[in-house]
Amino acid sequence: MRLPSDPFNIIIGGVGGQGNVLASMILGRMLVSQGSIVTIGETYGASQRGGSVMSHLRVSTQNQFSPLIPEGKAHLLVALEPIEGLRMIGQYGNPDLMTLINTRPIHTLEVLSGKVTYPDLSLILSKIKELSKKVWTLNATEIALRMGDPILANVIMLGALSALEILPADRVVFNKVMGDLFPPERMAVNLQAFDHGREAVQELA
Amino acid sequence: MNPILNPSGRTELLMGNEAIARGALEAGVQVCAAYPGNPSSEIIASLAAVSAEMGIHVEWSVNEKVALEVVAAASFAGLRSLCAMKQNGMNVACDFLLNLNLTGSGGGLVVIVADDPGALSSTNEEDSRLYAKLASLPLLEPATIQETKEMTRWAFELSETLTLPVLIRSVTRISHARSNVLLGDLPLEKPKPYFETTQPRVTFPVIKNHQRLYQKLGQAAQIFETSLYNEYRGPVNPELLIMACGSGWLYALEAVVSLGLVNRVGLLKLGTTWPLPTTWLMHQLEKSDNVLFVEEVDPFLENNIKELYAQHCPTLGLKRFRGKADRSLPETGELNPDIVAKAVQNLLNVFYQSRPEEYSSRAREAVQQWVPGRDIGFCAGCPHRATYWAVKNALALDGRKGILLGDIGCYSLGMGATGFYQMKTLHAMGSGAGLACGLGQLKRFGLNQPVLTVCGDSTFYHAVMPALANARYNGANFILLLLDNSGTAMTGFQPHPGTGKKASGETAPVLDLKAICQALGAEVEEADPFQLAETTETLLRLLQEGKGPRVLILRRECALIRGKQQKKLFQMAIDQTRCLGDQCGCNRLCTRVYKCPGLVWDPLTGKAKIDEAICTGCGVCAEICPASAIGKEAA
Repeated sequence: MRLPSDPFNIIIGGVGGQGNVLASMILGRMLVSQGSIVTIGETYGASQRGGSVMSHLRVSTQNQFSPLIPEGKAHLLVALEPIEGLRMIGQYGNPDLMTLINTRPIHTLEVLSGKVTYPDLSLILSKIKELSKKVWTLNATEIALRMGDPILANVIMLGALSALEILPADRVVFNKVMGDLFPPERMAVNLQAFDHGREAVQELA
Repeated sequence: MNPILNPSGRTELLMGNEAIARGALEAGVQVCAAYPGNPSSEIIASLAAVSAEMGIHVEWSVNEKVALEVVAAASFAGLRSLCAMKQNGMNVACDFLLNLNLTGSGGGLVVIVADDPGALSSTNEEDSRLYAKLASLPLLEPATIQETKEMTRWAFELSETLTLPVLIRSVTRISHARSNVLLGDLPLEKPKPYFETTQPRVTFPVIKNHQRLYQKLGQAAQIFETSLYNEYRGPVNPELLIMACGSGWLYALEAVVSLGLVNRVGLLKLGTTWPLPTTWLMHQLEKSDNVLFVEEVDPFLENNIKELYAQHCPTLGLKRFRGKADRSLPETGELNPDIVAKAVQNLLNVFYQSRPEEYSSRAREAVQQWVPGRDIGFCAGCPHRATYWAVKNALALDGRKGILLGDIGCYSLGMGATGFYQMKTLHAMGSGAGLACGLGQLKRFGLNQPVLTVCGDSTFYHAVMPALANARYNGANFILLLLDNSGTAMTGFQPHPGTGKKASGETAPVLDLKAICQALGAEVEEADPFQLAETTETLLRLLQEGKGPRVLILRRECALIRGKQQKKLFQMAIDQTRCLGDQCGCNRLCTRVYKCPGLVWDPLTGKAKIDEAICTGCGVCAEICPASAIGKEAA
């Protein structure tokens, strides 16, 4: 298996409740099944209750790394929410970062209460673009809502990620890993979500 | 198939807690017990999931002390057994542990304690390793997920050799990290239980047993002298010798490699951290005059090794010790590769930049300028938000500045914005009711504020029952709000004695909350938190009438459990003609004050709006709106 770099550091992040942990576990298993050594660190517990959450994936063919990515050392960022994407870039970004963003905002408590306004989406995306080498976007939540269940957004994002062909994480591998994790009756909808993500993702000009 | 049961020789991506479970299964564990608490909860959860298949007993006990007693009994009967807890759980279990050390164990007995450096999901930051020293018990600290499995397996053998319980200290970044784990063999045969009645397990004679305990600890130190869990990597005479354990080791390794210092810095990994392998350690200390300790929470290694050095300094010569004591590393919070790298940089005076300075400042500035903070709060449709809304209104109507004493669970968020800052204390499990026993008896000195306390269904069985008995006996006046959301929600929906389910999924008798409270002599009423007006009224009446402990049981299933099982109760919609927006005079009561993430303010229309991706359709917000603009239709 070839990785763009070794270790290859991935962050999957968003808001508690978006299925971030499951997405990192699925991707981790996909990469382990392709022969890599993966270490995942994730936020749990209180942060699940609507706070910022992220999983760090350290992927290597040689060594085990710590479950936390050092500052400025992310290679790939998968953000399930736009401002969370920018927040993570603040700490882990670098000029070679590749970023995949779900463009659907989730308002913070301070935004709900009117203390601050949610920043203009196009501005957030342009900041992310300035701080990344390449950016891809899709509205995964919108697609998931159309499919009838917003929680599918995480799998839609994994589908989008596979279309970028950065990692050996294609549909066949996804299918196999999901088969180990989910009951047969949940397979069709997850595969469909994966495919929708593959089709919808676009590079941000 | 459950990944923790996959055949020997396979590599699986396991969570640290799953690796502990697999290690225990490989060792032939037969009895396992715990009370849930992050970051330890998945140990028992994953063992429970395979309990039927493996023919083992796995239980959620009502608290950690009972859990430890359950597994110790199995050990007395010759079976291998495991108990798991978070740091606070160790405080609950320690009374038994500090007697169990004197009687010793039979079948291998392993106690896992998962600490939470940085208090990521805890009410405190605590180093449980001190209990190993306090109880004179052997302590192991794994540094990788593979090692976590191997150490757990070995700990059972060690326990049987020493006839002592063995403690394993994990931390969040071990328990909740995942990594590749190569699986080993599962045993085919396991012993039958038998309690040898000719060898009673009593602590008497205490002094003799205390002496025996020290002998066993000496034997453990001897075994640790040659343990492969202790290793050194690096030059023969490094400029700096790092001594690390647990998650600190991988951080230190990464720091040394990324700083390009592998030829200048030596890295020692200590897996057996109590008792210390003295001879081996003294030999290691000869390598360098500069030592840095990398460990999380308290300076446990640092203090113990310094103590050892004090006895041997005439032969070892002068050394400089760095760590928490001289602030080379922070005294509190969790470590990470950056913090360790910074400490090493400072000590060896090396320059390192993780990314271009110009990029760093642009990235930080963008976050500072454009990214609002994201505070945690109750989930959309959470019954606790509705409960605190009723509390807030009832206390305001009562007007005597009532005090709500808090407890541990999701409802601890009652201290923050989404609980309208109603909760005024937060300590240990059951402490809300205990404190209420105190404040509830101060009326004779002139305290005229009504006293309330809150607890969850699982917390009630864990530690609130004794406080309620105390209240009735001594005549304390307070209202206990018992928030029954049908599970241990905070830690992942584990069942408890009120749910009718066991850890294994089998049915169990339901211990009825109402009947227990009544048996303890409390007046009991019930209400539905989603019925805001009724609940507020009931609470106000309880505040103004009645004496002694009064219990109000507020029943509503956790929104996350509800979301998994059924569809929305209601389809919510804002009538845009009725919502008056900022002209209403309610000052955005719905979004500014009630703060359910499913209900957002649309700056384009200047009116409220339902976020369909988040709203769970509980229907409560319809009661909040003074203009009746929030509509609900049965979904």
